[in-house]
Amino acid sequence: MKKIYMGLVAAALALPFGTAAFSDSDNPYAAHLAARQGQMRIQAFNIGVLVRMARGEAEYDAAAAQTAASNLAAISQMDGRAYWPEGSDNAALGDATRALPAIWQDMAGFGGAWGAFGTAATGMDAVAGDGLAALQGAIGPLGQSCAACHRTYQQSNN
Amino acid sequence: MRNFLRLILGVILLGGITGWSVTTPRPLTGADVPARAGDPVNGEAVFWAAGCAACHAAPEAEGEARLVLAGGRAFASDFGTFYAPNISPDATAGIGGWRERDFLNAVMRGVSPEGQHYYPAFPYGSYGRANVEDIQDLWAFLQTLPADATPSRAHDVGFPFSIRRALGAWKRLYQDDDWVMAGDLEPELDRGRYLVEALGHCTECHTARTALGGLRRDLWLMGAPNPSGDGRIPDITPARLTWSPSDIANYLRDGFTPDFDVVSGSMVEVVGSLSNLPDADRAAIAAYLRALP
Repeated sequence: MKKIYMGLVAAALALPFGTAAFSDSDNPYAAHLAARQGQMRIQAFNIGVLVRMARGEAEYDAAAAQTAASNLAAISQMDGRAYWPEGSDNAALGDATRALPAIWQDMAGFGGAWGAFGTAATGMDAVAGDGLAALQGAIGPLGQSCAACHRTYQQSNN
Repeated sequence: MRNFLRLILGVILLGGITGWSVTTPRPLTGADVPARAGDPVNGEAVFWAAGCAACHAAPEAEGEARLVLAGGRAFASDFGTFYAPNISPDATAGIGGWRERDFLNAVMRGVSPEGQHYYPAFPYGSYGRANVEDIQDLWAFLQTLPADATPSRAHDVGFPFSIRRALGAWKRLYQDDDWVMAGDLEPELDRGRYLVEALGHCTECHTARTALGGLRRDLWLMGAPNPSGDGRIPDITPARLTWSPSDIANYLRDGFTPDFDVVSGSMVEVVGSLSNLPDADRAAIAAYLRALP
């Protein structure tokens, strides 16, 4: 009787681990993914400031535009390689990440795409405070640098 | 599953005389084609709405290079890998030797100048709904693009799908030029329907398919597995796509989502094409998507 009871307890304990896909506790790269996704959210926030002005959804504000552009330029110069370890792709980790294995199959290309973002962000940083027309001229290359990387290295879902 | 498909296709193939008749290509007739000179200016708008460059530009081509329609991009599917052909005006490698009627039959009926069926990786099922005048204009615009001598690559498709004649039966089963959003629509919605269901061929990726690759009209634009194996093509009906019409139109112009994530995957090419359209066209697409059931 006791044996059966212990068996049920063991089965009940095993069940969540057997059926869950990847929880934070068994994802060895949970902190790495959080860092990457957090960085992307900060980039999106700053790009959002610029895109809203470029679209005419927000009034052009030279100081706010310059701050957002400088943040993006600063982020683009960070060395984030430590939080992109091999094996932290969506084939290994499932829905926890949209990073495609292509990143690690072509690390030079991935690095080049990040460099292209750096060029575009620096270009935006140079002109964001110079008026709406200058900002609008720099937003296209900036957005294209994001999209060019996502096209090749990010699982699509939008 | 694959064996089952082979069996079905085998039955279709071995249907004897009936099968031969069912699989006969049906090109356009003279009555379908107005006698007029194509307008390359409108043809360029058609070119971007139809997303020709998204498939037929060389792999990795960007900017102006997307106007060199050298082909070569690979498209994986359950039936094999298709390679976009060279459709530049080169007389040998491209379609420089074609007449206008050849082009109209290719785009709107999926039939080659030699009378062979094209695989529906080429979205003639959608383009068949287009106005023939628009495709004439597109032909006129394509003449203005640079020629490229890169030879087209043969598709990598196994038996029995390698038997093109069987595609005639596929067309009988699935080619349906009727609008899915039926009826008379007000002008913006009508334009949106034309862009989404015909030229834009959105449904070719965003709608699930049957085992034989036919579109499920009952699951129209409700998402589908990504044939490349990378994730899922999303549901863009109002049930799942809750963006406002201006959110959708903005995304199709500059690629940014409402929370300033950016377009990814093969949709990057789509935005690269649709961004060349007038604002009113992107607004029309948004209106259509919001009007879906």
